[in-house]
Amino acid sequence: MSNAVSALQGKSFEGYVTVTEMGLRGMLTLRGDFGSTVLTRAVNEITHCDLPAVNTCTTRHDRGVAWMSPDELLILCPHGEADGDVAKLADALRDEHFLVANVSDARAAFQVKGEGAREVIAKLAPVDMSPEAFAQGHFRRTRLAQTPAAFWMPDTDTVELICFRSVADYVFDLLKRAGTEGAEVNFYR
Amino acid sequence: MLILHCPYCGVDADETELAAGGQAHIKRETVGSSDGDFEEYMFMRQNPRGVHFERWRHVNGCGKWFHAARCTTTLEVFGTYSAQTLRPPQDLLTHITGKRPGWSFSQWLETLS
Repeated sequence: MSNAVSALQGKSFEGYVTVTEMGLRGMLTLRGDFGSTVLTRAVNEITHCDLPAVNTCTTRHDRGVAWMSPDELLILCPHGEADGDVAKLADALRDEHFLVANVSDARAAFQVKGEGAREVIAKLAPVDMSPEAFAQGHFRRTRLAQTPAAFWMPDTDTVELICFRSVADYVFDLLKRAGTEGAEVNFYR
Repeated sequence: MLILHCPYCGVDADETELAAGGQAHIKRETVGSSDGDFEEYMFMRQNPRGVHFERWRHVNGCGKWFHAARCTTTLEVFGTYSAQTLRPPQDLLTHITGKRPGWSFSQWLETLS
């Protein structure tokens, strides 16, 4: 088998924030009925996380679950375990109406770290990034300039975001420009 | 800028997160309908002045389709509601009639046919 490589292979940029491509990351799309206890239990077994509420994500160690839509979840896991997790979920949900797919290699993941991380995102997405409106644990699917993206904040100074792999270069350039030294607005400080 | 409340994820999405889906509450003509009816369904849309019902999709967000009621002259948004319905909810219709006395949904449907 060929070697899996991430879109930008860990490229990073240092401005008033640090932008890093996070390398390979396991991501599964799971669609189904959130009201089903079978689904809740299966997700819990894979991720050790509870089903997230609307527009939030729950994470634990290197795994997590994010709310994507009323019938879609994004499951985060180590890249190498994605296929195994798909099989486990498919087996647990075999009597349910569901869909599970390994989308790891269709996506790219970035981390924006630093005091100005909120500001960098606020420049690019139509989202209120003030600490009162967007806190740790929130998860938002939206757009970054011209391309769809989703992000959450693992801690107060860090934003992790995912986008399609095909636009990884574009997203990196956006984050780079928004986070360049001298471009800070200090709106949230 | 147009801001619509997505009834599925609860986000107040601005129009850059949305995709317009045109007029709502149209009846789909299918196998067995006359050419005239099918043409009407396929191509003909009304553009009324005042209250209008539209379909929108929260495309850069939860991805769901929903309905919106708004005014084409003032751009006032009366409300949004689920896509899984053939008729706007009664409280929304009452709200619109309160703002536009004399307006009724049956009248809106008539102007479309």
